[in-house]
Amino acid sequence: MAITDDVLVIGGGLAGATAALAAADAAEDARIRLVTYKQSTLRHASGLIDVLGYAPGGVSDGENGQEQGQNQNQTPVADPFTALESLPESHPYQRVGVDAVREALAFFDEIAGDAYAGSHTEMNALVPTHGGTVKPTARYPVSTAEGLASDDRDTLLVGFETLPDFDAPLAAAHLEAAGAPFDARGVTLSFPGIVRDDAKVTRYAHLLDHNERVETLTGKTGAREALAATVEPHLDGESRVGFPAVLGDDHPAAVRETLSDALGADTFEVPMGPPSLPGLRLEDLLYDALESAGVRVTSGVPVVDYETAVADSTADEPATAAIDHVVVDRNGAEIPHEADQYVLATGGLVGKGVESNRERVTEGIFDCYVPHATDRYDWFVDDVFGEQPYARFGVVPDEDLRPLDADGNLEFSNLRAAGSVLGGYDYAAEKSGAGVSLATGYVAGTRAGEGCQ
Amino acid sequence: MSDAQRPIDDSVPSEQPSTGGADEDDSGNDEFEPVQVFPEAEEMDLRPGADNCYKCSTCDTNCPVAEVDDEFPGPKFQGPEQWRLKRQDDHDIDESVMKCSNCMRCDSACPSSVPLSQMHNTARAEYVEENMSKFSREYLRNRMLANYRRLAPLASMFPRTANFVMGLSVTKWLGEKTLGITSERDLPTFATETFREWWTDRGGAKVQNENKRIAYFHGCYSNYNTPEVAKALVRVYEHFGYEVMVPEQSCSGTPMFANGMLEDARRAAETNVRELAAAIEDGADVIASCSSCSMSIRQEYPELFDFEDTETVAANTWDAVEYLRVHEDLTGALENTTVDDEFDDMAYHAPCHSRNQGLDGQTIEVMDAIDGIDAHDVGDSCSGISGTYGWKEENYETSMKIGEEMFEHMDEAEAETGLTECPTCSMQMEHGTGYEIKHTLEVLEAALVSDGGGSHAETGASSSLGEAEGEGKSTETGTESD
Repeated sequence: MAITDDVLVIGGGLAGATAALAAADAAEDARIRLVTYKQSTLRHASGLIDVLGYAPGGVSDGENGQEQGQNQNQTPVADPFTALESLPESHPYQRVGVDAVREALAFFDEIAGDAYAGSHTEMNALVPTHGGTVKPTARYPVSTAEGLASDDRDTLLVGFETLPDFDAPLAAAHLEAAGAPFDARGVTLSFPGIVRDDAKVTRYAHLLDHNERVETLTGKTGAREALAATVEPHLDGESRVGFPAVLGDDHPAAVRETLSDALGADTFEVPMGPPSLPGLRLEDLLYDALESAGVRVTSGVPVVDYETAVADSTADEPATAAIDHVVVDRNGAEIPHEADQYVLATGGLVGKGVESNRERVTEGIFDCYVPHATDRYDWFVDDVFGEQPYARFGVVPDEDLRPLDADGNLEFSNLRAAGSVLGGYDYAAEKSGAGVSLATGYVAGTRAGEGCQ
Repeated sequence: MSDAQRPIDDSVPSEQPSTGGADEDDSGNDEFEPVQVFPEAEEMDLRPGADNCYKCSTCDTNCPVAEVDDEFPGPKFQGPEQWRLKRQDDHDIDESVMKCSNCMRCDSACPSSVPLSQMHNTARAEYVEENMSKFSREYLRNRMLANYRRLAPLASMFPRTANFVMGLSVTKWLGEKTLGITSERDLPTFATETFREWWTDRGGAKVQNENKRIAYFHGCYSNYNTPEVAKALVRVYEHFGYEVMVPEQSCSGTPMFANGMLEDARRAAETNVRELAAAIEDGADVIASCSSCSMSIRQEYPELFDFEDTETVAANTWDAVEYLRVHEDLTGALENTTVDDEFDDMAYHAPCHSRNQGLDGQTIEVMDAIDGIDAHDVGDSCSGISGTYGWKEENYETSMKIGEEMFEHMDEAEAETGLTECPTCSMQMEHGTGYEIKHTLEVLEAALVSDGGGSHAETGASSSLGEAEGEGKSTETGTESD
């Protein structure tokens, strides 16, 4: 007897979670389930919600901006929504349309509440990241809000000896060199209460969340007070202080507030590389929303197979197979999961929704068509930051986000795809990963929800 | 550009370094065939797993111990990094491996399928074997905790005396001083009648059905300490028309893995695999009521042992509730059922070992089908006890720190009763909150088998083959014998 739901979303990242939430929103009485195998790549992500940071192919909107590390010949996009209009037809944004992108962002704003900022404008914000580069982004965690590069207040960046990923003096110098409209200075200090060189970011966050008592030169105090006391002597009139993003996991707002009060300056976080607490917090936010929306979540197990049902020939299209159920593998036991509508949100090459071997590139569960050159030496170009064909690998959807086969026919009548399992865009170069996941997740989920009513 | 010349595809080693004496047989499956790089052929080769690690540190962010314990370097070190270090001569396993609680969260965290807990289990075993004195207090204490099952029959023979003696503060004080078992906790009480005694007295199975058979792996705890859970399983399964078999069995091995007593675990596993394989041969599927027992049989056995039938047993072992969901219309059977007040409001904690099997959402979904039950998930934190881990004096504080989040959430929930499937999580929940803790099967029994007494099983089951609906809900002619 299969475990039965109305909508089954496969994949638990930003696209999958958004799809499940959108389906629950579109079909109130429907039962929605999200199945996810490994933990999502949100843990690797900055937690920023970008829509379009750089236009593909060097198209710019004319502003004379800074040169950025991996986009050296490109100008950041100031108004992503205008730039979306000129994207190629095959780009996922074009598939769903600009209005859907706006709706998806509004949907996200409602879920995120006051945890995210940026909804007051359609223009990109410039958020400094841990290398001292500036990332153009549509929404950003409220913890980064005081740090925007467009804000002209002088800035002290504080790094820690035991967190070498963030070299504060270097980041400050990089910000100044990039033309940030303020003075930036960096200091490297020792984090009170951290005794290991390789303490995990969760350990830093836990110390601050729980304000654990830590040893200082003047006796034991709470970790937040001890941190403020460590930083305070280094402040030289700056009205804001940036820290690597380890300021709490469960109670980040309270941590920042204590630090700000003690320092008499605003505090903000600089997003870090993986593993990333802002990414973890975003994941928590989404999973809390899933629980509130009554979405059932099955995690830690892969979908390994599927069965099709005989198609109804009532449609005006050629008879298309429908997925009857998928098979979830649980240590060798095969658990059938059945639903009316399915959403595929298993990620791209990094999330392993798209896989490659020496012969071909595949979508792993349904073997949906993934266009690619037959010679694997044509999958990449030698310039690392050049236009990499592999970066655009993924399934090809119709305007309803249903994957198409090589002949342009529907693969299945009740399957939609969302997020980086879709091809046709290079999220790393464009800085469009979160936006595409949101927009396509929102559309795929909404249609799936509507489709099962 | 040497990286570019490497095969992208890691599943087929194109050129095998010749080490002479590759003794594996190529029996035609396309499973990964480990490259024998190092001479010791009897050791399992963890190289593919270590090579899969791209150091994203997702495992570290999932480790409940690294978050609170400054002496623990985290799963990434304990697994792939330590494995690589060990390729050098003169590197002992770092003693911090004993700080790992074996919650196995890192396994399901890893996006790259690194077998972290397998690496931890083998490293821990090596540490205990090579670096821990067999006369040390720690070794004796760990051996005792790991082999709880060997002591339990003694206590069970005189349960009242044992419970009395173990409850004495002087006993607990002695336990801490002489053995390093924390005096903060109350030792589990022993039932006056074990499940197996009850089963024998009862005359074994009440339902015979060659088409629907299960072999019940009850494990130690529900035999010696909470036989009501085991009885609930029998009654619920008989309600659905299953013939229950209770094969000979040993400890699942979970506490032995966690204490690095891999040889003890091997002996136990050998018995279990043999007995369970025989039951499978007789047409049964294996069912466990304890999430760590099912975890052990399904995952740790195939990772650590290679008895004949290990894989077969693993693939045919199920969690008790999961099996019913897939093989019966459990939700349908639960519709319109009700339970007594004692179950109406519950705070549910998903054990890590359920979570790792993808079962963490299951209990709440099943409870939702029963009228009048309000079950709340208290979040995804670890309870912190992790089997024998939290019993050790040196881990007690860490254990309670890890559990803090769960305690807080339980306090916030309105419920006064806790619900979980893991015996030691249940001890921790009770210890931290004072709530009474139930097992999901006990709730199912209350909903499906009236009077909670299994009367239906005794009377009506012989006629019920498969058709469960409507049966048993109305039975009132309880003639329960215990």
